[in-house]
Amino acid sequence: MSELSVNHLLGIKYLQEKDIQLIFETADHFKEVINRPIKKVPSLRDITIANLFFENSTRTKLSFELAEKRLSADVLNFSSSQSSVKKGETLIDTVNNILSMKVDMVVMRHPNPGAGVFLSKHVKASIINAGDGAHEHPTQALLDSYSIREKLGDVRGKKVVIVGDILHSRVALSNIFALQLQGAQVMVCGPKTLIPKYINELGVKVETNLRKALNWCDVANMLRVQNERMDISYFPSTREYTQQFGVNRDLLDSLDKEITIMHPGPINRGVEITSDVADSKQSIILDQVQNGVAVRMAVIYLLASKIKQ
Amino acid sequence: MSQKVLLNAKEVNIILHRLACQLIENHNDFSNTVLIGLQPRGVFLADRIAKILKEDYKVENIKLGYLDITFYRDDFRRSEKPLEANLTKIDFIVEEKNIVFIDDVLYSGRSIRAALTAIQSFGRPNEIELLTLIDRRFSRHLPIQPDYRGRQVDVINSEKVKVNWKEHDNEDSVYLIEK
Repeated sequence: MSELSVNHLLGIKYLQEKDIQLIFETADHFKEVINRPIKKVPSLRDITIANLFFENSTRTKLSFELAEKRLSADVLNFSSSQSSVKKGETLIDTVNNILSMKVDMVVMRHPNPGAGVFLSKHVKASIINAGDGAHEHPTQALLDSYSIREKLGDVRGKKVVIVGDILHSRVALSNIFALQLQGAQVMVCGPKTLIPKYINELGVKVETNLRKALNWCDVANMLRVQNERMDISYFPSTREYTQQFGVNRDLLDSLDKEITIMHPGPINRGVEITSDVADSKQSIILDQVQNGVAVRMAVIYLLASKIKQ
Repeated sequence: MSQKVLLNAKEVNIILHRLACQLIENHNDFSNTVLIGLQPRGVFLADRIAKILKEDYKVENIKLGYLDITFYRDDFRRSEKPLEANLTKIDFIVEEKNIVFIDDVLYSGRSIRAALTAIQSFGRPNEIELLTLIDRRFSRHLPIQPDYRGRQVDVINSEKVKVNWKEHDNEDSVYLIEK
């Protein structure tokens, strides 16, 4: 198997386990490439990629742009705040206008769940979902699993707890799909108000006591509280949230074993994670960022190889 | 599908020793030389040449690396089969070094063109030479010729040259296969 089973990366739920393995094996090669003195390969020199960001992003946008440039693709950047979307243009019109400039691939972040799927049915380009509302963020989940594989050797059989705002998190959903596909056990932990009602149907464990959750797991993926998506109050105060669901040094030292700490960023230091934990040896947060470029290069490379000339 | 033996194990062995001697003639003690096997099939030949240099001719300090050219190929999205990458292992600096590229069969020359681009990511070598076991004559698409050649053969386009190695294919041999 050296080809993906899909033509777009819309979500982890559309992938098979062998797709993830192929992406990881390809990412291994790209990780070697981006550690060379000259970090660029010419593979995609005849491919043009548009990065359409209808929602704010720092890390993901920079990571995609760097991955595209490392593969020698031509890159167009678009963010909705500076565009005609503000003048009332529809999504399909915006994208078709961009595609008429001979663009082969679209990387899109959009506030509406399913925006990527919708687009893939209406335009002729390979689509990569860089986050659609609270639905999926597949490349983040892939780089998270890749980082676990790098640190612990394998994802299969590992116990991973996702802590925090599960309700508003596309990272949580994509991670649950990706980890389960690779044979890991998944638990979610957070205030009851921030755990979706039907989460049990996904086959994950639910825990509201952080200490118990951390004692169970090999890896803890700490999520940010997404205040910008909260229209009502889900917990009494940030201080109380931190006391119950924030990770600090004392808590980690009191556990039976040493666990690995992850965070997809951006970090709210002192809320879900303290600085001494985020910057400690147990944390692989910056490895996640570096692996993000290699994994995105792999995804773009593999999807580009399926674009017919 | 019919096949014909071009070289048997004994002939392969004689040729490998001759190629090793030719390398020693030009590179003396190999102090400023690195051998680079091209993935996927060139690495078997590179391993073998390095072994002969070390064991039979007592050349110390052979520097051997593997270079994968997948991401530098010019047939990405053009070939029928998806391109699969292999391991690149170059744990030394190639700056100002004399490089010998090693591959089993030289055909169109496009792999070597890709390798010439790929190696630049590791620095600026002093010079680059090419060693191949089989040189397919009259088939080049690019102005590339080997500096060290095992055997030159005339093969038509519909035929394939297959090099087998004891470590990987149970025997040392070269076959001409008619597709």
